[in-house]
Amino acid sequence: MAVRAQFENSNEIGVFSKLTNSYCLVSLGGSENFYSVFESELGDVIPVVHASIAGTRVIGRLTAGNRRGLLVPNTTTDQELQHLRNSLPDSVAIQRVEERLSALGNVIACNDYVALVHPDLDRETEEIIADVLGVEVFRQTIADNVLVGSYCAISNQGGLVHPRTSLQDQDELSSLLQVPLVAGTVNRGSDVIGGGLVVNDWTAFAGLDTTSTELSVIESIFKLQDSQPSAIVNDMRDSLIDNYS
Amino acid sequence: MEYTPETRQQLILCCECGTAIPPNPANMCVNCVRSIVDITEGIPKQATVHWCKNCERYLQPPATWLVCELESRELLALCLKKLRGLVKVRLIDAGFIWTEPHSRRIKVKLTIQKEVFTATILQQSFEVEYVVSSMMCPDCTKVMAQNTWKAMVQVRQKVDHQRTFFYLEQLILKHNAHLETINIKEVKGGLDFHFAQRAHAIKMVEFLGNMVPTRSKSSEQLISSDIHNGTSNYKFTYSVEIIPICKDDLVVMPKKMANALGQIAPLALCTRVGNSVHLIDPKTLQTAEVTGFTYWRQEDINSISGRRDLKQFYVVDVDLLGPRAGRFALADVTIQRMADVGKNDNVVIVRSHLGNMLNFGDMVLGYDLLTANINDEYYEKLNPDDIPSVVLVKKTYPERRRKRKPRNWKLKSLNKDEGELVPKKQEQEKLEVDFETFLRDLEEDPELRQSINLYKDNSAATNTAGAMESDMDDDDDEGELPEVPLEELLDDLKIADDSEAEDDIQMDMA
Repeated sequence: MAVRAQFENSNEIGVFSKLTNSYCLVSLGGSENFYSVFESELGDVIPVVHASIAGTRVIGRLTAGNRRGLLVPNTTTDQELQHLRNSLPDSVAIQRVEERLSALGNVIACNDYVALVHPDLDRETEEIIADVLGVEVFRQTIADNVLVGSYCAISNQGGLVHPRTSLQDQDELSSLLQVPLVAGTVNRGSDVIGGGLVVNDWTAFAGLDTTSTELSVIESIFKLQDSQPSAIVNDMRDSLIDNYS
Repeated sequence: MEYTPETRQQLILCCECGTAIPPNPANMCVNCVRSIVDITEGIPKQATVHWCKNCERYLQPPATWLVCELESRELLALCLKKLRGLVKVRLIDAGFIWTEPHSRRIKVKLTIQKEVFTATILQQSFEVEYVVSSMMCPDCTKVMAQNTWKAMVQVRQKVDHQRTFFYLEQLILKHNAHLETINIKEVKGGLDFHFAQRAHAIKMVEFLGNMVPTRSKSSEQLISSDIHNGTSNYKFTYSVEIIPICKDDLVVMPKKMANALGQIAPLALCTRVGNSVHLIDPKTLQTAEVTGFTYWRQEDINSISGRRDLKQFYVVDVDLLGPRAGRFALADVTIQRMADVGKNDNVVIVRSHLGNMLNFGDMVLGYDLLTANINDEYYEKLNPDDIPSVVLVKKTYPERRRKRKPRNWKLKSLNKDEGELVPKKQEQEKLEVDFETFLRDLEEDPELRQSINLYKDNSAATNTAGAMESDMDDDDDEGELPEVPLEELLDDLKIADDSEAEDDIQMDMA
C-alpha cells in the first residue's frame, strides 16, 4: 500500500523521514500527525523512531540506511547517536561517517543489496557503505544529476527515477540494481523523487500532493498492490518450495 | 557496419491524467496544464472602446481622440492599451479578426505567453471582443450643443419669395463669408447664421450691408456674470433686415419722396438690386438710386407688384422714339394680351424702356395695371392719368423652348440646417419655382452673373448632345434663348467624396 502524508504542510516527506525494511526514522514535528501515519502503517512490524540529526529535522536527507545498517553524518551528536542505538534493533549497525558530502541521504541511494552513490564520494566512505550496509557500491548519476539519493527511490522490488532519465540510463541502472526501474514523478509532477517518497519492500509513503496516477505508478513498480509483511513470507515460501521440490 | 545509437524517447505518465508524454518541466500533459491554470486570467475578454460618431475618432484615455482606420496598427495599439492584465504576460502576437463594421464590434486575437510553474512557459491564444460604443467627443459636443454660439445674425426679408436668399447664398459662397459660421439655419422668412465670436457676426453683418441694402439692429442677452472679477458672458443677436424691394418690382412712392429722388415719377420699376436699389421710370428712362439709408428714413417706397403678378403679352409693333439710356431705349410698343391673340384685335400701346430688346412677335412680361387690384395709399393718391395701362418689365420666351435644353451649369449650395422647419409639399413646390426663376434671371442677366460663381455641370454636358439633334429639326423660332456662355463657367473642384462619386456613377448608368 502507498500512503499519502504531509509533514507540517510540506509534501517533501522524504526529507523528514527514513524508511527501511527493519526500522523507520521520523523527525520531531509540531504535532504527532506525521508520526501517527507511519505508526499506524508500520507500528506492529518495525520500530518507528523519533529522531533528529545534528539538532535538525531533515533526517531523511542526512542519513542513509537499509535493513542492515544506518549511516549518519559526523555532525550527529553523541546523544542523538545514543538515542538511535537504544531505539533501533540490535541487528542494525549504526555508523558515523566522516564525509565532506554530509547530506548522506542525498548522495546515497540504496536497497538491501546495491547502493548508488555520488561520483565524488570518498573512497573510505564507499568502503564504509559497503561494510555497514552490506551492499555493492556503484558511483552513478541519475539523469545527469549527481545527487542520486534525491532523484531516485529504490527498494528490493523496484525503483522510481527522475523523469528525465533516458531509457539507456534506465537500462544500465536496472542491470546494476537487478530490479525494474521506471521514470516518474511524485507530488504532482515534482522530479525530486527522493524528497517526495519513502519506500520499503511492502509499503510506501508519498507527499500529499501525489496524484492517483503517480501513486498507481509507485504501487506497480514497487509491487505494493497486496503486499503485506506476510505476503513476502508467502512469496519466499513459494519460491523455496519451487527451488527445493 | 556503422553503429547507430538507438534513440528512443523515454516517456513518463502525465501526473494528472496518466497519458504517456515526454518529460517536461511540469511533468504534465499540455491539456492538464491548461485545465489547471488559465494564463489569460486577469485579462478582460470584453472591453469597450469609445468612438465619436461625428468625427469618427476613437478615444484614447484619458482625453486623446485618434483617427484610426478599422484594422489599422493605431487601432490595434489603442485596443491593446485597453487590456490591463496584459502587462503581466508576454504578448507574442495580436491581430484583428474581421467583423462586420456595422456590428460595432472589434475582435482581436491575442497570443500570450506566461510562466506557469518554474520553467514552464505556456502559450495560449484567445479572442478579446471590443464593443464600440459611441460617445461624442468634446469638440463635436461644442459644435452640436445649443449654447456654443455666441453671436447670431438673423437675416430677414419681408417678401413672399426666396429669390433674394438664393442670390445671397451665392454671394456668401463666392466671398467665402460662411467660413466662420458654426451653423446656418433656415427659418421662416430668412436665414440664421450662428457664430462662435461676436467679431465674426459683425463681419457678416457688414458683408451683408455691402451686398444689399440692409438695416440691422443688435441686441444682447446676459448669460452669466461674475461679480468678483466683473466679467460677464453675453449672447449677441443681430437682426438684419433686407430691403423688401426686389428686381422687377413695381414701386410706388409719395410725391415728396419722388422729388427727393430727383423728380422721378412716383410709379417706377426696380431694375436692379445691388448695394442700392436702382429704379427706372419706364416712360422717361429716368433712373434713381435708393440706398438703404434713404429707404429706411421714411420707409414709404412700397412695392405694389412683384414677379407673381406678371402677365404675358405679345408684341405687335415696336416704334423706337430715340432716347437711350444704357441698355434701355424708349419706344412705343404695341402689345396684345396673350388671351386676346387670334381672337380679337384689342391692342394696347404703351411707352416702354425695353425698346431695343423687343421685336415684332416677341413675348414680353408686364404688369397689367388696368385689371390689377392694388391696395396702396400712395397708389390711390396718384393721378389716374399718370398710371399707364401696362408696364412692360422684361422679354420672355415660350415655355416649350426652355424645357428642351438642360442647363450646362450649376450652382453650389450652403450646408443649411432646415431645423424644425421641414417644408410642406406646397412650400417645396413654391421654393422650386422661386429657384427656377432665380436661375432664369441668371441666364438673362449677365450683370447679375458677374457677382457670383457658376460651375460647369459635366453630367448635363453629356445630355445636351442628344438634345441638340432634336433642336435642329423644329427650330423655327428666330429669337436666341439667352444662355450662359461657357467661358463664364468655372471648373468645379471635386474633392473625392465617395458618396458623391457613387451618385455620379449611378446617374451615368441611368
